[in-house]
Amino acid sequence: MLIHDHSHPGRRAAAQAPLTTPDCADLPTALRRQRRPALPEVSELDTVRHYTRLSQQNFSIDTHFYPLGSCTMKYNPRACNSLASLPGFLARHPAAPETHSQGVMACLFDLQEILKAVTGMHAVSLAPAAGAQGELAGVLMIRAYHDARGDHARREILVPDAAHGTNPASAIMAGFEVREIPTGADGDVDVEALSRALGPQTAGIMLTNPSTVGVFDRNIQIIAERVHAAGGLLYYDGANLNAILGQVRPGDMGFDVIHMNLHKTFSTPHGGGGPGAGPVGVAKHLEPYLPIPLVARASDDTFVWQDEHSHHDSIGRLTAFGGNIGILLRAYIYARLLGGAGMKRVADYATLNANYLLKRLSEAGFQLAYPQRRASHEFILTLKREAKNYGISTMDFAKRLLDYGFHAPTTYFPLLVPECLLIEPTETESKEALDAFVEAMIAIRAEAEQEPETLRTAPHQLPVKRLDDVRAARHLDLAWKPAAER
Amino acid sequence: MSQVPTDRVYNDSHEWLMDNGDGTATVGISEHAQEALGDLVFVEPPKIGDELSAKQACAVVESVKAASDVYSPISGEVVEINEQLSDSPELINGDAYGEGWIFRLKIADPSEIEALLDADAYGEQIADD
Repeated sequence: MLIHDHSHPGRRAAAQAPLTTPDCADLPTALRRQRRPALPEVSELDTVRHYTRLSQQNFSIDTHFYPLGSCTMKYNPRACNSLASLPGFLARHPAAPETHSQGVMACLFDLQEILKAVTGMHAVSLAPAAGAQGELAGVLMIRAYHDARGDHARREILVPDAAHGTNPASAIMAGFEVREIPTGADGDVDVEALSRALGPQTAGIMLTNPSTVGVFDRNIQIIAERVHAAGGLLYYDGANLNAILGQVRPGDMGFDVIHMNLHKTFSTPHGGGGPGAGPVGVAKHLEPYLPIPLVARASDDTFVWQDEHSHHDSIGRLTAFGGNIGILLRAYIYARLLGGAGMKRVADYATLNANYLLKRLSEAGFQLAYPQRRASHEFILTLKREAKNYGISTMDFAKRLLDYGFHAPTTYFPLLVPECLLIEPTETESKEALDAFVEAMIAIRAEAEQEPETLRTAPHQLPVKRLDDVRAARHLDLAWKPAAER
Repeated sequence: MSQVPTDRVYNDSHEWLMDNGDGTATVGISEHAQEALGDLVFVEPPKIGDELSAKQACAVVESVKAASDVYSPISGEVVEINEQLSDSPELINGDAYGEGWIFRLKIADPSEIEALLDADAYGEQIADD
């Protein structure tokens, strides 16, 4: 039920209704509404109940185990939220002068330094407002680098077939062509195919390491050498940084540019369309192109914004003001709460949890996509056998998991593994939570064998039943309209 | 295993091509490909007049699971596209080898057709999947 369905003419929520009617006499007639917008007219109590009920129906980290592979759905410590909500942070006006913003700027400067240290990059910009924007910024810097050298023939970005879809999309948006590189049967990038693809047209390669198939690419050093020898640059997609935090650094692996998904690795809130943050880090030769603004420490130890006046070759601004500072502060507090040793523990337990789950599910007879490999922070099961034997799909299995009180893992990604589940438990889950998940998986497989219809029609215990996602995609219905206009 | 008609040839990336005998050929995706993709929700065909080279990504098919490129099996100029797919992408799910055709092109080099897989060879390829 939508909030509009609770609407009755004349009802008002005192907390929301405007107290006065604004005077718009100076607006041109052509720009004024001819009739009232279709806003719901709802009492305060009905509004509170509606949204409270919605929040109770939601699957979230606060309510359920959420092993959504490649998304790092870890617990966000409440301390990050409460400290970032201190009035000195919250009430600061974005246009406040530097002299009145030293506290915030000190935090942002520290965060730049922390991210540099943990990734092994030479410089960091916090400006990008999301992972995807960080990717675009990264690829634009690769382009700026080649263009500045007059090397205009480098028009091609290489992307492994296991990559996140954002990688080719970012490369295309930055004006490149994309060439796909196959993944070998062991999950590593096919180095020979990569070598054949390299040439004077190669601008760079975008890699996620550990990759989306949940393994650390053992050939990263050879890949870096060959791409660099061909004149290309290496882009690190930080999607899976959680697995290697405090253990090994992208800068040391030979990467020239990296974006970081703070909502994954640094525990800022996920989803809802934002606000997000996707800082970028670069090696020294790409520093001039970093997006602005940056925070620098002046000779008198005060903090100053740096913009196009000091960074003439910057790819430019990506957001208004300093980016999503509220999110950046949460990541800063998280990093400070953990410290260096804590960051190492994050990766230790992220990988331990993943490998424990992998081992138990494998012993329970589930088929691993890469049985010969140790998992990084996530791993892939293929339900190909169950699909064939019981006539059920991975989607049926995933929907049934909801009935058991677990958010489903990522389904049907990466595309190269048929009927796959990509499972990422994260470091914040207990052994008991992992064991309960394994028991549910075993119970559902037994159902698949004995009563497959239960899976095909799942979920049964949720407020909404199986949705017709095909019809929803074919007949988009995105904007509510009053009944009379439908 | 899904059906593989013998009246046409196949690309290893799961497109079929039918020589129309008038200098043009029709292209679509195989029954195996539509099964793997699941219910299609969107098809982006090439544009009429596009000059395609063999193995060039020229169209996109999107299902609730995934979006996939469609590669032209041979080179040539696009002369016709299946307009019905914009409203009814499910035609590919229902009849991949007939009403679900995607585009027609003018054959630039007939020898490229000989290099494609026949029904037996393509059937063997997908038997492993």
